[in-house]
Amino acid sequence: MNMSVGWVFFYLLVFPGFLFTSVVGLLYTWIDRKVTARIQFRVGPPLLQPFYDFFKLLGKDTFVPEGAPRSIFLGAPLVGLASVSVLSTVLLVSNMFPQQAFAGDLIVVLYLFVFVPIILIIGASASSNPISALGASREMSLYLAYELPLLFALATIIVKSGGLLKIGDLLQWQWANHPFLYSASGAIAFVSAFLCMQAKLGFVPFDIAEAEQEIMGGTILEYSGPALAVLKLTKAMLYFTASIFLTVFFWGGFRSPRDGWYHILGWLKPVAIIVLIILIKNTNPRLRIDQALRFFWSIVLVLSIVGFILAAVGL
Amino acid sequence: MLKGLKKGALARSLWVYHVSASPCNNCDIEILDLLTPRFDVERFGLLLVGSPRHADLLLVTGMVNKKVLDRVLRVYAQTPKPCLVAAFGSCAISGDLFVDSYNFAGPLDKHIPVDVYIGGCPPKPEAMILGVVRAIEKIKKLKDL
Repeated sequence: MNMSVGWVFFYLLVFPGFLFTSVVGLLYTWIDRKVTARIQFRVGPPLLQPFYDFFKLLGKDTFVPEGAPRSIFLGAPLVGLASVSVLSTVLLVSNMFPQQAFAGDLIVVLYLFVFVPIILIIGASASSNPISALGASREMSLYLAYELPLLFALATIIVKSGGLLKIGDLLQWQWANHPFLYSASGAIAFVSAFLCMQAKLGFVPFDIAEAEQEIMGGTILEYSGPALAVLKLTKAMLYFTASIFLTVFFWGGFRSPRDGWYHILGWLKPVAIIVLIILIKNTNPRLRIDQALRFFWSIVLVLSIVGFILAAVGL
Repeated sequence: MLKGLKKGALARSLWVYHVSASPCNNCDIEILDLLTPRFDVERFGLLLVGSPRHADLLLVTGMVNKKVLDRVLRVYAQTPKPCLVAAFGSCAISGDLFVDSYNFAGPLDKHIPVDVYIGGCPPKPEAMILGVVRAIEKIKKLKDL
């Protein structure tokens, strides 16, 4: 396979990068709203609803609040969009061509994942709105809460595989042996990484930074029109990317145990993960920020450390 | 064509912000009926949002008095255009039994352009859905958007 500049742009912008991820991400938000509606015995929105929302927001005015630095306030969502595009490209391309992985792409993925909370914090702090600032401070605390368990979960699978640091190598290890999910340490790591992803996506019970009924959208409160559309798109793409992240690192990527029809079974894995996320989202009340911190530092962190020790022992 | 796309998208995804301009709270409670399984307006893309920055349709409930008028005008100014305004309930439309009150600032359409009138005290959910249908028809007829 030839990685010329043209192909790199194709991967980044069309498939599996920006265009593919945004379309699938918006469809994911439809699944989210539809399943939520069905759980509440409602009918729910039509299939194209997220696309209507997106194009509607593109056609509206954008306000920049008085006293907000224009470039930072409007630039932050674009940086987020770009970083999520690169993130999904790295994850999916290493799944398509495991040999092509570059050294340390795991660390690149971790850093790109940090970008979304950071742009939310920067954008909210730049908006000069006290309620947005409150959302930003909550986002920051939440980030501190879930990052350490997430790192331990990833360290678990690295130790389990015997020190592999490339995504492609980790995938090939899983195809040669078994997905990490099917071992004791891997299953524990998956559970803690899953809870961290729920918090990273900002879903109930960890939607403390957005809290519609309490701080009116928090970090995204001051955004309107196209800037809001870009933020919503970033979140939708992150939704897709988070499910891929869990699939690639814990569930053996898009390949089913039996080769051959991995195209169908493999692509159902991330959908199964998000349905689980939606079920958790709809059956739990929102936590306070101190409860969320306590939950991650005392339960999830301990759980992921136990998984790490199990992996070191060899289970 | 771009205008058609814009109009079609707006008609299918009206996000509602609910402006309480000194209501008696009956209208506000009734609005929530629309989100219940029986009526489920999310089928038509309607969502309740928490900030006027995200809104396309302002539902103004209550009799607009002199003190709250300034806030209503500011919320209207903060809503990104194109946006619609609905006078919700008899009070917002006419002042109802508060017409002679010393601090009544006049019906809502004296101060901001109102697109839809939803009558009732409080309006029935069916009347609200009719109001939403009127709003969508109005968007489709708009020349400049």
